[in-house]
Amino acid sequence: MTEILTVHGMDWTIKQLFVYPNEFIYWSIQIVMYPYMTGLVAGAFVLSSLYHVFGQKDLKDMARFSLVFSLALLPVAMMPLQLHLQQPLRGMNVMFTPHFTSAIAAFGIVFSTYAAIVLTEIWFVYREYFVNQTAILKGQAGFANNFKRILYNILTLGAYDLSEQAIAKDKRAIKIMAAIGIPVAGFLHGYAGFIFGSVKANALWMSPLMPVIFIMSAVVSGIALCMLTYIIIMEWKKFQAILAKGRGDESVIMLRGAEIEVMTTTSRYLLMFLVAAITLELLDLIFRGYTAMKSWDILRSVMFHEDFFKIFIMQYGMGNALPFILLIIPGLTIRRTVIALVLVLFGVFMMRWNVVIGGQAFSLSFEGFMHYHLPIIPHNLETFKEGLMGALLVAITPFILFWGINKILPSLDQKNI
Amino acid sequence: MSCSRRKFLKTTLSGTVAASLPLSAFRFLSPAEAKAATGTPNTRWGFLVDTRKCVGCGFCVKACKKENEVPYDLPVSRTWVERYVITKNGKAHIDSPMAGRDGFTSKKIRDEEIDAKDVTKAFFVPKLCNQCENPACVQVCPVGATYQTSDGVVLVDRSWCIGCGYCIMACPYGVRFFHPKYKVAEKCNFCYHRISKGMKTACVQACPFGARQIGNLKNFDDPVTRIIMTERVAVLKEEYGTKPQVFYIGLDSNVR
Repeated sequence: MTEILTVHGMDWTIKQLFVYPNEFIYWSIQIVMYPYMTGLVAGAFVLSSLYHVFGQKDLKDMARFSLVFSLALLPVAMMPLQLHLQQPLRGMNVMFTPHFTSAIAAFGIVFSTYAAIVLTEIWFVYREYFVNQTAILKGQAGFANNFKRILYNILTLGAYDLSEQAIAKDKRAIKIMAAIGIPVAGFLHGYAGFIFGSVKANALWMSPLMPVIFIMSAVVSGIALCMLTYIIIMEWKKFQAILAKGRGDESVIMLRGAEIEVMTTTSRYLLMFLVAAITLELLDLIFRGYTAMKSWDILRSVMFHEDFFKIFIMQYGMGNALPFILLIIPGLTIRRTVIALVLVLFGVFMMRWNVVIGGQAFSLSFEGFMHYHLPIIPHNLETFKEGLMGALLVAITPFILFWGINKILPSLDQKNI
Repeated sequence: MSCSRRKFLKTTLSGTVAASLPLSAFRFLSPAEAKAATGTPNTRWGFLVDTRKCVGCGFCVKACKKENEVPYDLPVSRTWVERYVITKNGKAHIDSPMAGRDGFTSKKIRDEEIDAKDVTKAFFVPKLCNQCENPACVQVCPVGATYQTSDGVVLVDRSWCIGCGYCIMACPYGVRFFHPKYKVAEKCNFCYHRISKGMKTACVQACPFGARQIGNLKNFDDPVTRIIMTERVAVLKEEYGTKPQVFYIGLDSNVR
């Protein structure tokens, strides 16, 4: 039996007018997910660092949670890349023979550096907890307790010193790691922008502003996701408190007050980065229109005709303008915040989509268009990996990981820490 | 023997660094790469396309697909032929059905019948990899699986390519695609297996009109080189700074 051969990309690309024969949408949904996920990682880390480095006391409750969440997101930044490679088993080659003129080659190094920083910072944040847990679990019997004790014991790495000086040293180390982490997180993501911005063959991508735009929108999405997750968790806790003690109980009211306060302050940072992101994106757009280089004709028809709805309605309108208004109106409520946050996350996703898919929406010949049809129901491995199912798999993984990690590194229950 | 933790960590770190240093000093070359690196430096392959001679028969595409095992019935191809029909209103009607493999037997361009009276000029343009002097695809390959030989041809190492598609994105000419069978980046390599044995490329050999020619740009006695040096030739998309080495006679401003 002969094997049925297909061209990668043919399943989801529709060509219109003149497109070179070899052109297809080669970078599909997973490459939309990749900058989206790294953006969330970087954003979550930056949020936690704002507290550790700049001493933004108002972010204290968010800091620990967003740090652990950025750890859960970390492996997920790699996932879309693995899923999109035609030779996934050779992915490691990037580490073996990095070809440093390529923007992707440094990914392994930047990413590992960043992972090391996150892990180190978490270790310093939780060292005291590890030591305490080892002591608490010592007398307790049972397999689970034993296992946990051994695990925590290993995690202490033998550093049991809980003297005041030792703790002060930990604090200083946390601050240093967080301070180094900010530029590295920025670099990790700005560099994802560089991967696109440096492709001179692509008229839409090539722009020196691309890395900066990517960083700003990364921070926006990272903060938004942390806030949203925080709200969901607090609501759950509140719900449990209501079940246990009744609606009018003092602890319920306290939880509610704390929650809205954290949200009000964090949303201010979100707004700041949102404004920066939109400004840069509009600057890029205006500059392209004003200079009107050779590619402007095709870019204009993509932006204002083919993809108008996706860019101006879904991204700028629903994803930027609407949440901006929702967050800036005084008297912020949790419900309004949730709506705004979901819209912000959607807006950043659409921005990634419009960059990655939009950049392939026109032919290199400037004489034709390509349309991407997201495979919903997969009929082979390729349409699974690079379709809706693959994207959803990437999207839910960080939450599953967080659930697991949070069992070892509790980041939500303030009393334990 | 007492060993403090600090000392243990220090020794481990320096030991790891010391152990990895000699390893990193070596670079493993595949036989092809080694041969390419030591190849004769007095050769620089260049290509000449005389668009005035091309009739769009598609023999070159057929020959290329068969020679290089590119699945015959799929739309991707290492080389292709474009048809340009310019009408009085200044509009360019362009197509390349099945990469021009079966020739251009129909007057229709994407189901549009063009009135012969409206046509001001029409011509064919064969396309292939430009084997650029400054190849963007080589620059962006994260693992060095695509590389330039000393005689100027850009090759792909099928055993090392990870299939990320960055090179496909980086090529301004759209010559690259994923090989349907090998699942790695694929492109025209001037039939490197043939030219390095003194033969012509499959497309050059198949062209009945001499529209395609290959030569050594470093040899001034080479008839192809003579034409490139003495006649008015142009290259595609010069603005990208890739310095293409496929030269065209009779290129039109409508050519994309």
